[in-house]
Amino acid sequence: MQPKPEQITRIKAAVFAVCLIPLALLVWRALTGGLTANPIEDITHHTGWWTLTFLMVTLSVTPLRLLLNAPWLLRLRRMLGLFAFFYASLHFSTWLVLDQFFDWDAMLKDIVKRPYITIGFTAFVLLTPLAATSTNAMVRRLGARRWQALHRLVYVIAILGVTHFWWLVKKDIREPLAFAMLLAILFAIRAWHALGKRRRGSAVMQRTL
Amino acid sequence: MLIRRPADIAPSEITPHSVYRRRREFMLSAAALGAAALAPGLGDARAATKLAPLAKSPLSTSEQLTAYDAVTSYNNFYEFGTDKEDPKERAGSLKTRPWTVQVDGEVSKPQTFGIEDLLKLAPMEERIYRLRCVEAWSMVVPWAGFPLAELVKRVQPTGNAKFVEFVTLLDPAQMPGQKIPVLEWPYVEGLRLDEAMHPLTLLTFGLYGQVLPNQNGAPVRIVVPWKYGFKSGKSIVRIRFTEQQPKTSWMLAGPREYGFYSNVNPTVDHPRWSQARERRIGEFRKRDTLMFNGYADQVASLYAGMDLKKNF
Repeated sequence: MQPKPEQITRIKAAVFAVCLIPLALLVWRALTGGLTANPIEDITHHTGWWTLTFLMVTLSVTPLRLLLNAPWLLRLRRMLGLFAFFYASLHFSTWLVLDQFFDWDAMLKDIVKRPYITIGFTAFVLLTPLAATSTNAMVRRLGARRWQALHRLVYVIAILGVTHFWWLVKKDIREPLAFAMLLAILFAIRAWHALGKRRRGSAVMQRTL
Repeated sequence: MLIRRPADIAPSEITPHSVYRRRREFMLSAAALGAAALAPGLGDARAATKLAPLAKSPLSTSEQLTAYDAVTSYNNFYEFGTDKEDPKERAGSLKTRPWTVQVDGEVSKPQTFGIEDLLKLAPMEERIYRLRCVEAWSMVVPWAGFPLAELVKRVQPTGNAKFVEFVTLLDPAQMPGQKIPVLEWPYVEGLRLDEAMHPLTLLTFGLYGQVLPNQNGAPVRIVVPWKYGFKSGKSIVRIRFTEQQPKTSWMLAGPREYGFYSNVNPTVDHPRWSQARERRIGEFRKRDTLMFNGYADQVASLYAGMDLKKNF
């Protein structure tokens, strides 16, 4: 299936609206007393969980595109990636404002001393240049090759994000484990495809020789 | 000429502080009465949940109580799931009657107590304690119970008894969280005998003047207010006196992170997070965590000369 340009515009609008649902749910719960007795923790976990989920969805675009032979899916990737950054920003701001209330000293100590915060913070810092270079103008300015090299950072960010979750749970690792397995599958599909391309490439070379 | 205007409020109309401080309890009993009046069928069940008049205790804190809803909806009780909201949603399957507590091990008079007899073993008191979770949040809870020492005295520990082990019910049908091996089941906690005998250590049957809701460890639990919350075993079926230090569930789960003592200590961090501050449920800004959760005057002597960094 290859949707027409105006269909893609409509699909994009629909996906945009769907991506806002997690935020809407959070706001709804906050307004109707649906947060837990520890609302700051609840907001932190909700925004963190959705950051990871959007990272996974963004990283699913290429595997899905290859498996379904649907190149147009690529048109959704930038928006999905920016939503990952959007939820990461909410997650980070929750920590900065609600949880720590601008206690710079305590935050700096946590970033240095607490490995799960160190890597969570690193992942957020690394995500920022990707969001900043998401425009067409920036792609042109950097050149496609350098732009792509920079945006490969998302693999590192996803690993850091899942590890951040893994290291902070007290004992029940089932959810971080599920994210880790999903990430491994997404990487495996990419690797499989890249290997296949190389094999086909060398076969072509041999024939031409 | 000076004309004295009468005060707006006569002194006799001002609510005495002691009554004012119990306003929530009053509201709760009023709500219970209202419910009983509206639904005569439910009246009996509701009345049965009310504990007999509770004596006050000088060991209670005068801090603002954490709301009843928060105390009963935000719980770590992995037997019903690892999310804080799970216990309230899922603890309905726990049957608290009939219930027995087997007390044995290094004692002269091993005994199995029926819950009804246990409730009458000693006069019940209200104890308003701070509760500090190892996850750096805290509450203030009005518990109801009597010192565990009352029970200990009756079974007469032998000279070999050095520790006390508390075992939670093991029954995955009633406690669905036990179907998942997230901890070693049954949940085991323990204290040194002198800690168990300390007047602050409470054998607990209720909170907010009523019997414990299932999610808070019904029908009987321990409360040790100067230790992290997980040290206070819930839904206890066995109390065993031992010579060897018990192997507790959390020590088995993470020996580097959870020690046998687990005293609240702002200077000894959890390996992964700081214990210096805590968020009191219902408050916005974090507050400083106090040594032994503010009970240092009463319990510091138990640990005189001990290296609390090593014995975390």
